Amino acid sequence: MTGPEIDRLIQLLARLPGLGPRSARRVALHLLKRREVLLQPLAAAMTDAAEKVQPCSQCGNLDTIDPCAICADPRRDPSIICVVEEVADLWALERARIFAGRYHVLGGTLSALDGVGPEDLNIGPLLGRARQAAVREVVIATNATTDGQTTAHYLTDRLADCDVSVTRLAYGVPVGGELDYLDDGTLAAALKARRAF
Amino acid sequence: MEWTDEAIVLDSRKHGETGTIVTLLTPTHGRHAGLVYGGTGSKSRGLYQPGNQIRATWRGRLAEHLGSFTAEMVTPHAALLLDDALKLEGLLAACAVAEGALPEREPHAAVFIGFQALLLAMDSPGWPAIYIKLELGLLRELGFGLDLESCVVTGETEGLAFVSPRTGRAVTTAAAAPYKEKLLRLPPFLLRGASLEDVPVADWLDGLALSAHFLERHVFWPHNKTLPASRTRFVDRLAGSATISGNPTA
Repeated sequence: MTGPEIDRLIQLLARLPGLGPRSARRVALHLLKRREVLLQPLAAAMTDAAEKVQPCSQCGNLDTIDPCAICADPRRDPSIICVVEEVADLWALERARIFAGRYHVLGGTLSALDGVGPEDLNIGPLLGRARQAAVREVVIATNATTDGQTTAHYLTDRLADCDVSVTRLAYGVPVGGELDYLDDGTLAAALKARRAF
Repeated sequence: MEWTDEAIVLDSRKHGETGTIVTLLTPTHGRHAGLVYGGTGSKSRGLYQPGNQIRATWRGRLAEHLGSFTAEMVTPHAALLLDDALKLEGLLAACAVAEGALPEREPHAAVFIGFQALLLAMDSPGWPAIYIKLELGLLRELGFGLDLESCVVTGETEGLAFVSPRTGRAVTTAAAAPYKEKLLRLPPFLLRGASLEDVPVADWLDGLALSAHFLERHVFWPHNKTLPASRTRFVDRLAGSATISGNPTA
């Protein structure tokens, strides 16, 4: 029905998150119909990204320059490092525009069942950065899952001999959240982590 | 096919984009896996954290199918322990050992009850002793129980202080004297009727070494597996802790 080029395009698109074979066919058709305005610019942007984007040698963020724009920004506070699991978490914090320090991307969490150990994570460079005189605080922003928090405790231990204070994100009720609709785990953690008014 | 049972979450791993494959420990269906549709979503993620106690319903067209789970929370143990490094490691170690040791879909009600006892004991200072008893109970359920009632050499029931690494039977201090170096230490809290309170950390470590030896030898090594990394981290953390919730050090 279609040529091998289109089949290959559909096959590759179907491997993207959120797309199955049917939606990949729709996307491929959409791109081919809008060759000049969409397909060619997209192909050029992807080639550009493949050639230029690389992990930052300091924090593990993805950028076209090394060190990345965040590490190279002199307005950023060098005394505070926020440790996140993945680049997506870094982007989430950047979207919120609430953190003016620097980041460190671990590249995952410790997971016994998936065979991920400390040597598989970007922990050594974090310790090196934490030992720098300018760094005063490390915020551990791993996910509030058992694996995320196990990793957080492990990092806390490893950072014990660095002269930094180690903090973590709070657990609790989300802004706009109604108690009636919260899951039991979040409620339990929020109640346990209550603090004085 | 459909059943509903109390369950403890042992493992949850991503499957596809939105689903998760969850492994549960149930009293009547043993270790049982199933798919959770939308398991990575915000509603389900917290529910299927390892260690949580849930009430799960399994549905499948045939009994041998993977099937799917729906569940509601009974006790969010994972959320309650996130803050405590040692307890969290202990919980994950128990989940990983049960996941690695138990055969699938073989009922082991005693292991479920033991796991429940551990979860309930997590607030008490002597919980590592319950953890060790859970591992020894797991061995017993799998047919590799230790005999800690009497000395394998003399038959005496007093003065038991060692365990033979080959037979898994207790030995008295006197009978063990010539081979002491080769034997495993038997911590007193594992003897019948012994108190689980004020147990020194060194005794917990001896108990963990004892259960680790037999778990490796009878359960993990025959399947070309090693003890889970989370258990090793739990032992390391326990060894490094000066005191646990007021418990005396060795």
